[in-house]
Formats: sequence, structure tokens, C-alpha cells
Amino acid sequence: MLRIECPWCGVRNEDEFSYGGDATVERPADDASQDDWYHYAYTRDNPAGPHREYWHHVNGCRAWIVVERDTVTHEVFSTAPASPNLPAGNREG
Amino acid sequence: MHYSALSLVKQALTGNRGWTRAWRNPEPRKQYDVIIIGGGGHGLATAYYLAKLHGITNVAVLEKGYIGGGNTGRNTTIVRSNYMLNANSQFYEHSMKLWEGLSQDLNYNVMFSQRGVLNLFHTDAQRDAAARRGNAMRLNGVDAVMHDLDGVRKLMPHLDFSKNTRFPILGGLAQPRGGTARHDAVAWGYARGADRLGVDIIQKCEVTAIKRDGDKVLGVETSRGFIGAGQVGVAVAGNSSRLFDMVGMKLPIESHVLQAFVTEGIKPLVDTVCTFGAGHFYISQSDKGGLVFGGDIDGWNTYAQRGNLPTFNHVVAGGVTMMPCLARLRVLRQWGGVMDMSMDGTPIIGKTPINNLYLNGGWCYGGFKATPASGWVFAHTIAHDKPHKLNADFTLERFREGGMLDEKGVGASPKSH
Repeated sequence: MLRIECPWCGVRNEDEFSYGGDATVERPADDASQDDWYHYAYTRDNPAGPHREYWHHVNGCRAWIVVERDTVTHEVFSTAPASPNLPAGNREG
Repeated sequence: MHYSALSLVKQALTGNRGWTRAWRNPEPRKQYDVIIIGGGGHGLATAYYLAKLHGITNVAVLEKGYIGGGNTGRNTTIVRSNYMLNANSQFYEHSMKLWEGLSQDLNYNVMFSQRGVLNLFHTDAQRDAAARRGNAMRLNGVDAVMHDLDGVRKLMPHLDFSKNTRFPILGGLAQPRGGTARHDAVAWGYARGADRLGVDIIQKCEVTAIKRDGDKVLGVETSRGFIGAGQVGVAVAGNSSRLFDMVGMKLPIESHVLQAFVTEGIKPLVDTVCTFGAGHFYISQSDKGGLVFGGDIDGWNTYAQRGNLPTFNHVVAGGVTMMPCLARLRVLRQWGGVMDMSMDGTPIIGKTPINNLYLNGGWCYGGFKATPASGWVFAHTIAHDKPHKLNADFTLERFREGGMLDEKGVGASPKSH
């Protein structure tokens, strides 16, 4: 069981969240090359080690967050709001 | 040594002192025509068919641990070819046909048991989808039988057939030729077969780098030194991304863990392989009597070969809903294997942008049943430097070109396949 600290709700169990995949992937410009779009849609770094990834606190506050986690040890290093436009969390559950 | 009734009798009469090693334990040579990275079922099958069908015997299989210690030894041993898309259907049916003759071909009992695979359906829409799948299978020459409730009752009498359950069973689509096989024996049988044809199986030999000269691979750096190769095939599903990271290539793959479970041994209860249609749960009974079951992947990137509690709870909830008597059993063991989850749920077997480097990966959690055909087409691809028609659609380029084979129809979302 992963324990993930939501910036707004505090530390919660993994099953309150839904996984959103690699958070380092950036959407290319509309006129970007087909190659850029291919990599955006399909290829992933898929590292063994630290990984930045999206999680959706779907059974909680419903905010998207970015979690930095190790894919071998499952240690969670940090969590942060997925968008800078969101208000800062108080991390109190 | 050839295995036969005669050899059994002879050994029994001479105190079983004459059995020889099933495969050698050679030191790696400096150079091979072909190196296969990954000593699982797929890699070993590839080496076997390279030697047997294509006459390429100067081959090494490099395995970082021991053979069959990865996903070959971690699956739920189910064999089936009940696919709908043409490319999948024909490929997996080829595999089924190889399974049907495998023990004889390898002179090794892989304990292939065609006890059937039954997929339950619980709604009218699911019944339509099952009929469509069954028809597609039959058009491709694959056996498929639609069962109504009475038919299901005969095959699996212990399911919850009550009308008041949340998802009443309406019927099931069966593939009678499906079943199970002894997973370790598949690795051992292919290893022995390949070894007898001259292939070197080199265990405890981890590949740490792939040496290249431009678009050509020269060989691999390993924990046991550099080994040169004319061609290199990678069959390390679960870790394909890590291998291709060595040549600076990103793959359309995420690594996820899939768990499996086995209960205490009981008397015969489950005569076929059965899957729940209202959740993800599949079950069969091993020859030792344990009920072997599994369900969804955990659903987030990991390289740890262990599972987590939420998925266990979810899988078991599905199982107990389908078959309430399971609640009385104790789970003896639980384990996890790392899956290459591809972006369309279908494997990638073919050439890569690097001339003499070949990829066999992206198996999601369907790799075991594919073992014979996977090795068969991969050997063909390496021997002829082009895919066989059975894996012509399983290219890496299909993602770029829009040729996805998305059997489940969920899009580029690895955790959903």
C-alpha cells in the first residue's frame, strides 16, 4: 500500500488515488513534427528509479498532483500540486 | 539423453545414477552469430527455433539470473488463443498449434492440459460482444463455443448462479482447446532442446551495455565480460525499456506489476480455466490442487516484483463474488512479475531502427501462452532479417503509423490494457 501525501488532504492511502502516468511528458505545439507527437502520445522514459508521475486524488479532493516516487523501492520523495494555478495546500487532513 | 519409457526403466533399474544434466553450463565464447538477451521462455524458444528451423547454432542466451526466473516462472500458466483482431488471432492460434505438439517436439513434458477456458458474461451487451468474438475466432479457424446458463453450470457448478447477485451470470464463451501448462517445464524444455542443438545458455550473465558502431551492434558488455555478436535479440519483457535505454531509444512501454496468488491445495474443484466478466478475475486449479488466480495489474509504474494490498483486495473481491466458496480458502502464496505494458496492449516483435538489434517485448500480461509462437516468429525475424507474416503487424513502427492493435479498445493507456 502506497501512502501518498496530498498537498491539501495530508497522507492518504493509495486506493484514494488514480494513476495518471509520466508527468515529464509535455504536450508539443500544435504545429510540432509528427515525431514530436509520436513521442508525446506513445513513448515513455519508464525508468527504474525516481519517476515523476501524475496522480488524481479522485476519491478525495479530486485535485491532480505530481508525485516523485522510486519505481524500485516505491519510496515517495515529494508531492506537489500538478498546476501552479492551484492554491497552495496546507497539508492538513 | 533422450527421455522415454525405456530410459525411465533403465534408470530405475540402475539406481537413477545415470541421469545427465539437462543442459550444459558453458563459459561464454568471445563471439556468437546471435545473442539472445533474456533466458525466459521467449528467449529460450527463440534460440531453440533458430537452431532447429534455421540452422543457426552459434547462439548464446544470456540470462542475468537463472533461466525461467522472471515472468516465465511468475504467470498463472494459462494458454488460450481467443483473440478477435486478425493479427492477434492468427498469431496466438499458431502458438496454440505449437503447444499441442510441444511435449513431443521437445521430448520434454510441458504438462499442457487442454482443460478449456471459459469467459463468463453477465449482461446482454457482454453476450453480444462474446458472440462477436466467438464468431471472429471461428472465422480464423479457432474453436469457440457459446454456452448458456446450463452449459456454464455443467463446466463450473460452484459459481454463484443466483438471480439476486449484483452481476447474474448469463452464459459464457469457451475455448475448449485452451488450458494450462507447467510454466517451469516450458523454460526447461526449450533450454534442453536448444542446448542439445548447440546453443550456449549462460546464466548469471547480466548485460550492462550494448556496444555499437553507428547503426550496427557489435556485441554486449556483460557481468562476465564483452561478448561479440552478429545479431542481438532482446527478449526481456518487463525490462525492455531498460535494455533499449542502453542504445538511447524510448519505447512505447510502461513497466507495471501483475500479481498472482495460489491457495492451499484442495481436491479437484475447478476443472477449467474460468474468468469473471463483471470484474477482472481468472482462476484455474494446479495439478497440486492449489487454486491459482489473478486479476488486474496494480496500475502504476514499478520494477518491484511484488504486489500491493489494494489490488489483492480487489482481485479477491471479484473472485468471491463469482465463486463464494473461495472465501473459505487460505491463500498460501502471492507473487508479482514486472510486465511490459505496451501502449496498445499488443506485443512488439520485430526489427528496430538499429540494423542488427531486434525487439521482442511489450507482452502486457499475455506472454506465457505466446511463448512457442513468440520464439518461432522471433527466430524467423532474426534469421531472415525481416518479420514472418504472423508478426508483420507487431512492429514498433505501428505506433508511428497508426497501425495499433488495440484488442480491448482503450487507447494509449498502458494501465488499462
